[in-house]
Amino acid sequence: MDDFLAARAQMALSLGFHIIFACVGMVMPFLMAFSHWKYLKTKDPVYKGLTKAWSKGVAILFATGAVSGTMLSFELGLLWPEFMKHAGPIFGMPFSLEGTAFFIEAIALGFFLYGWEKFNKWFHWFCGFLVGLSGLASGILVVAANSWMNSPSGFDYINGEYLNIDPIKALFNDAWLPQAFHMTVAAFCATGFAVAGVHAFYVLKNKNRVFHFKAFRIAAGFALIGAFGAPISGDIAAKSVAVRQPIKLAAMEAHFETEKGAAFVLGGIPDVEKEEVTHAIKVPKVLSFLAFNDFDAEVRGLKEFPKDEWPPVAVTHYAFQVMIFFGMVMMAIGAIYLYAHFFKKDWLTKRWFLRLFIVAIPFGYIALEAGWTVTEVGRQPWIIYGIMRTADAVTPMPGIQYSFYFFTAIFVSLALVILFLLKRQIKMVPKLYDPTDPLFEAKEKGGVA
Amino acid sequence: MIYVVIGFLWLSICLYLIFGGSDFGAGIIELMTNKKDRAKIQGVMYESMAPVWEANHMWLIIAIVIMFVGFPVVYSTLSISLHIPFVLMLVGIIARGTAFTFLHYDAVEDRWQKLYTQIFYFSSLLTPFFLGVIAASTISHKLIAEEAPFPDKYIFSWLNWFGVSVGLFTISICAYLASIFALRETRNDHELAILVRKAKKVMVYVVISGALVFLNAYLEKIPLFTLVFSGAIGIVAILLATVALGVIFYCIKRRMLLPVRFLAGFQVVMILVAATYTNNTNIVFLSNGNHLSLLEHMAAPKTIEVLGWALVLGSIFILPFLFYLLYSFTKRSK
Repeated sequence: MDDFLAARAQMALSLGFHIIFACVGMVMPFLMAFSHWKYLKTKDPVYKGLTKAWSKGVAILFATGAVSGTMLSFELGLLWPEFMKHAGPIFGMPFSLEGTAFFIEAIALGFFLYGWEKFNKWFHWFCGFLVGLSGLASGILVVAANSWMNSPSGFDYINGEYLNIDPIKALFNDAWLPQAFHMTVAAFCATGFAVAGVHAFYVLKNKNRVFHFKAFRIAAGFALIGAFGAPISGDIAAKSVAVRQPIKLAAMEAHFETEKGAAFVLGGIPDVEKEEVTHAIKVPKVLSFLAFNDFDAEVRGLKEFPKDEWPPVAVTHYAFQVMIFFGMVMMAIGAIYLYAHFFKKDWLTKRWFLRLFIVAIPFGYIALEAGWTVTEVGRQPWIIYGIMRTADAVTPMPGIQYSFYFFTAIFVSLALVILFLLKRQIKMVPKLYDPTDPLFEAKEKGGVA
Repeated sequence: MIYVVIGFLWLSICLYLIFGGSDFGAGIIELMTNKKDRAKIQGVMYESMAPVWEANHMWLIIAIVIMFVGFPVVYSTLSISLHIPFVLMLVGIIARGTAFTFLHYDAVEDRWQKLYTQIFYFSSLLTPFFLGVIAASTISHKLIAEEAPFPDKYIFSWLNWFGVSVGLFTISICAYLASIFALRETRNDHELAILVRKAKKVMVYVVISGALVFLNAYLEKIPLFTLVFSGAIGIVAILLATVALGVIFYCIKRRMLLPVRFLAGFQVVMILVAATYTNNTNIVFLSNGNHLSLLEHMAAPKTIEVLGWALVLGSIFILPFLFYLLYSFTKRSK
């Protein structure tokens, strides 16, 4: 494997891994705080048990997110020193703010996990909520750094030099709001569906039914934000891409020819050599409408750009299709859930209904990773869109492939251990977290009383 | 504003060494303890670090962000030449952080705990060692900025006896901090006695490894001695650190365990002052005789200004909250 490819693969793997935990860190604390709030209002001990169970999950996943995030802050320099040398002072602003948010998150989590019965109950509750709030803020800020790479601003690029640097302008780049909105909503979608599905599984197996059903209802509620928010925010994001990065939009849609009233391409196999897409379903004029709110608007095709500036068309196109497909499926599931909630309460415990959520456990994460692939691969060959090529940013150090293998091994084993741990957490629900279970023991380990 | 930023960089490295370091040290002390006492020591160590351990490691992130936002040239130069020790240090951070979490948040207790514990111990050594190696390489005049054969540029720029001895010294300092900080969490005289013994033993290691650092600096022709002792500040700092040691022993005898913590932290600050005051803002020395200065290689003025404000405002948010966290969980448990 050549060094450049290895560096890209390692970065992709690290980000792809981190994004999962970052998203959980953004959303899971809200689930926890919601359940805690229910407990404080109703005094139902099941909610207290659920809050504690979720808080342990938050602790495990937060720690993983924190270490993979620390790693990324180093990897940026280790793999892309040339990029960081120039980009650091321009897009570093969100990172320094994110540092603050993340710090607050870590402190608040300390208070929350170890603060049961030690502090005023509402201060304690607020700390849990603050974990979510600061997690959300970190996520939104980090996206600002990524969106700057898509929409570089806050400097003038003159004769290869980066002049008149203004980090505030760079922070408020054009891509930030659409991208951050879409990312946040996607995080709710992914985490909500995953958690809801896991609890649905235990409801179906009739284990600690009341406990898991309450958990399922809360998580599914949060998943709705994602299920309906994702298409709306996605539309905003796509419109912004259409203006800023027409070539990315063209690759997403495998759209080769510039045309008015462009068709929306579903599926299909893009052939970059022949510059055409085959076996696709084309919905006339819809792409023009989605991109510019006008059925007859002109959408620029790939052919209009020099070929050495094309992103990998097939990967971008397939990833985009996968994201849309799973997004639609989740919206449908969300709609069924809403219908059941208002009109058919008895559906909520039906086997087919719970199975639907179990099948959907990975859907949010698949869509999330696919969407991330669209953003990142669709920006290639640029690391800073239109300014610096990824190939010019890579470290001169040889042998990056070994680093890639090494990190792959670390990530794979970490992922396995985390799954194993979470499974064990759930296995212990009867004993540690569900006060209505005959096996429940009030005494708990590890200082988390 | 540039001095505010440099001040924060120094402060976050210092706080990482004290808080993160004591955190690593806790693992090292546990490793040094025999089987008989280990369960007790583990309990004491856990009491003193669990609620704050995440926060302790944030200082490293703050330092690295200041580096790449404020001093990108220095950051990228180090990232290229020190790729390998950085990766090894990261491995330590990942393994340790996750092992600690798994060790304490795993719902089931069984054989797996042993594995996490082993990983936790091993990685507690790895990170401080490579932190020391990295710090050593910045002043050892061996970093190569231009193109050079692989071993010279990427391996021997940091792998030498001076680096190794600074690594060992860092490990000893971490263990020392942990043993001193944990004294106050002990629940009875027996535990206190075990830990005081540990602390004394570790002090011996600090002295031995410290001597090794100077010896190897001399052998490798690194002007460490003049760096530390050429000015009054260095001499005073080292003297104060030594005096503090005496005071620490006195306080332990009188069972005044809170001031002991501050004194140990103070000692580390003094050591860091002694090591950095001469070079001031010239933080990296290259093999070609040049150096990288924070002042000469700072980012655009606008960036520095914004970064400085971000740090100031951030600390207004963070510090009271952090202090309250430390305060809440270091109150003696009744």
